[in-house]
This record gives sequence, structure tokens and C-alpha cells, in this order.
Amino acid sequence: MIPGPFTYHRPGSVADALKLLAELGDEARPLAGGHSLIPMMKLRLASPEHLIDLHGITALKGVVREGDRVVVRAMTTQHELLGSDVIASILPILKETSLLIADPQIRYCGTLGGNVANGDPGNDMPALMQLLNADFLIEGPDGQRTVAARDFYQGAYFTALEPGEILTAISIPGPASGHGYAYEKLKRKVGDYATAAAGVVMTMEGGIVTSCSIGLTNLADTPLWAQEAGEAVVGTSLDDAALKRAADAAIAIMSPAADGRGPVEYRKHVGGIMVQRALKRAAARAA
Amino acid sequence: MATQAKKTQVSMKVNGVEVEGLVEPRTLLVHFIRENLQLTGTHIGCETTHCGACTVDLDGRSVKSCTVFAVQADGSEIITIEGIANADGTLSALQEGFRMMHGLQCGFCTPGMITRAHRLLQENPNPSEEEIRFGIAGNLCRCTGYQNIVKAIQYAAAKINGTEYQEAAE
Ligand SMILES: Cc1cc2nc3c(=O)[nH]c(=O)nc-3n(C[C@H](O)[C@H](O)[C@H](O)COP(=O)(O)OP(=O)(O)OC[C@H]3O[C@@H](n4cnc5c(N)ncnc54)[C@H](O)[C@@H]3O)c2cc1C
Ligand code: FES
Ligand code: FES
Repeated sequence: MIPGPFTYHRPGSVADALKLLAELGDEARPLAGGHSLIPMMKLRLASPEHLIDLHGITALKGVVREGDRVVVRAMTTQHELLGSDVIASILPILKETSLLIADPQIRYCGTLGGNVANGDPGNDMPALMQLLNADFLIEGPDGQRTVAARDFYQGAYFTALEPGEILTAISIPGPASGHGYAYEKLKRKVGDYATAAAGVVMTMEGGIVTSCSIGLTNLADTPLWAQEAGEAVVGTSLDDAALKRAADAAIAIMSPAADGRGPVEYRKHVGGIMVQRALKRAAARAA
Repeated sequence: MATQAKKTQVSMKVNGVEVEGLVEPRTLLVHFIRENLQLTGTHIGCETTHCGACTVDLDGRSVKSCTVFAVQADGSEIITIEGIANADGTLSALQEGFRMMHGLQCGFCTPGMITRAHRLLQENPNPSEEEIRFGIAGNLCRCTGYQNIVKAIQYAAAKINGTEYQEAAE
């Protein structure tokens, strides 16, 4: 389990990192927490010739409020998300989800930037970013650009990120205060990727759902924003019929792989259950 | 084809001692610790980031040293199981807890369990049973069934906090 040989670089700024990526071309890869990339390198599923470690770039660290948005810089770890007061008060669903990712050791290393840039359908944060309508801030040789999380994922390990670019931050609109939220993840054991998972953010007024956004993890080769499923419960009291309509709409867009986590039909079935559970728990929390 | 990567110099503080070594960038931290430094208390169980036997403390974070390159740890401070005992060589509260509560059988997972529990107790000096179980979720034990590991950590927490360890009624 020894990775192929590579040259290691630890630039001190985003500008230096971009320069290295430009010089070294296709054979260079950014290294964040390394907890997706290093396992792949050990299996020789990836053998970059140069690793550009972003660890030394302090400008890529931290969580800040910008107006009614929360900006999480790319190298913020899942462990740091758990300790952030801004996240706890404005985006508690990020905290709930971080706690369901892997285990403590992996959360000390894994970054939000790496989790969303990786493109593995098993990563939990991308669906969350889609349901929250987050923007990914990207810097490259031609300057800065922004790509919506809902437009970023093209297939397993295929994203809108071009070679030579770095994802520098994730900008998330703060949901309405008093919103309800839940992330429901079915997994075989603690530390496993999802067999199926669903995230929900909703608002309610007088027992009626006024807005609802749903995201799905590991139920297709990209994360899914289940727009119709969310719309299916707006205007309802989240009665059984509305729950079933939402689950059916979500199942209609799922196309999970059959693997060690179960056959396709099973994963769609439990995916629908995750949607219903997340809706119910989010509603119970909505003020 | 990549030109053979040159070896690079790394230096770090391991268990309070400054150490240096010449490594290939692809050298994993666990191999640097076991082979270059000859500190073989840190174990390799799975090599796939699952078992936690290779856990060490790196700049105040518990990490699986099979999933970190030695070059990434350049300039850092590391604690391995060899650095856990008290300065005078007596057993630390955690080591004593594992001994008194029979927190090990074959002992393979123990270095990782203790270094992980060390950081857990630094962050949360008085954890509940549930918090202990959640906190050691990245460390697998094939022998004990975890019951006595949890008790060992509770024992250590009580000792550090200067309270009496009370075994919960079964
Ligand atoms: C045993 C195990 C269980 C896990 N379980 C889960 C789980 O349940 N849910 C989950 O979501 N994740 C899980 N993970 C993955 C973990 O959360 C990773 O840490 C995360 O997916 C990637 O983050 P990273 O910072 O480690 O990125 P890295 O591994 O360093 O990078 C991943 C990829 O993204 C690229 N990249 C990273 N940062 C940037 C950037 N800023 N700009 C451009 N490209 C970048 C890298 O080049 C690489 O291709 C698990 C990992 C392990 C080992
Ligand atoms: S050997 Fe590192 S986690 Fe198992
Ligand atoms: S004591 Fe044998 S693996 Fe834990």
C-alpha cells in the first residue's frame, strides 16, 4: 500500500499554488486533507507526479460571515466546522452532517473544500451544498469565477473544476432563522459512506410548509438536488400523502449503483425512507 | 514517466525530542515513525484508514498515520504511545486505566486507543459513556467488545479530575 512516487510542494499562498499548478500541468494535483486522495494513491487509482499541499496557506482557513451568507474557506476541516459558533447558529445542518462523516481522526484532516471538490458520489457535503444553493469560489490562471453547487457536478469524479484551478471557498446563503433541518444517513456502520442519505431545510408557518429544499447523497453518480420532491410538500401540513409524494418524486430521480451497499431497488427504497425521515425531523425543528 | 522523486529532509518533534530524517515524499508517517525512528509501538492494522491502530497525535489532532505523508508532518509536534507515560516513567492515568479495567486483550489496538483517548480527554475532560464511544469510533478492537476500553477511559478521566471512579451498575 505504498503510493507511486511524486514530488511534494508546500506553497505559502494561493498565487504560488496557482503558479505551481500552471507550471507542472496535468500531472499536478492539489492536496487538502488527503483523506480521499491518499487512499486512492495507495490503491494506485491516482498517481499524480506532483502534490501541491494547500496546508500552508492560511488564507484558505476559517469560517466568516459576509452579510447574510456564510463563507467557509476551502481548507477548513470537518472538525473545525464542528467547533464553529457561526456554523452552529446559522447552519446547524453542517454540524449535524459533519458528525455523520467518517470518524474523529478523519474529521480532523478532511476539509470542506476537499469534500466538495473530490466528486465522489459518496461524499456527504455536496448534496448539502446543493440543497442550500451554495456557490463555489474558484481561482485559476484566468482569475476568479463562481460556480453554483447545483451546476458543479457532472459525473463521478467529474466536476466543473478545470486543471490548474483551486476551489478557494464555499459561500452559503444563511437559511431563514427558525428554519427546520435534518440530515438522515443510512450507513452500514459508523464511519461508512452512505447507503442512502437525504438532507432537508424547510420553513413552516402555522403548521404549513412554506419552503423546502431536499438534497440526496450516493443515490446517483452525482449529488442530487431533488427540486420537485421539495416543492411537493410546500403548502401541505406534511401529512402522510405529502410525505409519500415527496419520497416518490425523489425516488424518480435516483439512479444509484449496485454495490456492496445493496442492489439498486433497495437503495432507492431506503433513499425514499431517508427523505421521509429527514422531512419529519426537519418539520419538528421548524419554529 | 516520473523522474524518481528526490528524498527530502524532514524534521519534527516526536515525544518532546527533535528528530530528523531523509524520506521519499511518498513515505507514510507511520513508516517514518516505525522504521526511521524505530518507535514500533504505533501499529499498522489495515493500511486503509479504517482501524485506527496507527493513530498518533499530530499538532493536537488525532490522525491515522497510515494516511499522512511524513513530509506533511514536517515541522509538527507528534505524540506516539511511547510518549504517553508520565515523565518519571510511571504509568499515565490512561495507561493505568487500561491496566486496571482490563482494557486490552491482545493489545494490538491499544496504542491507537490510548493516543486517541489522550486527545479525547484533552478536549473533553469529563466525557459521558456515549461521548467516549463516539470519540473512539475510528479505532477498532477485535478482542474486548469495547466495554472495558470505555471503562478504562472513564477510570482515567476520574483519576485526572481527582474524583473516585464509579463503575456503572450493569
Ligand atoms: C475511511 C474513510 C471514510 C470516509 N467516510 C466519509 C463519509 O462518510 N462521508 C464523506 O463525505 N466523506 C468520507 N470520507 C472522505 C473524507 O471526508 C475526505 O477527507 C474528503 O472527502 C476529502 O477531503 P480532503 O480534505 O481529505 O481532500 P483530499 O483527499 O486532499 O482531496 C480530494 C480531491 O479533491 C481535490 N482538492 C482538494 N481540495 C481542493 C481545492 N481546494 N481545490 C481544488 N481541488 C481540491 C484533490 O486534488 C483531490 O482530487 C471518508 C474517508 C475515509 C478514509
Ligand atoms: S493502519 Fe492506519 S487506520 Fe488501520
Ligand atoms: S485488544 Fe486485541 S484488538 Fe483490541
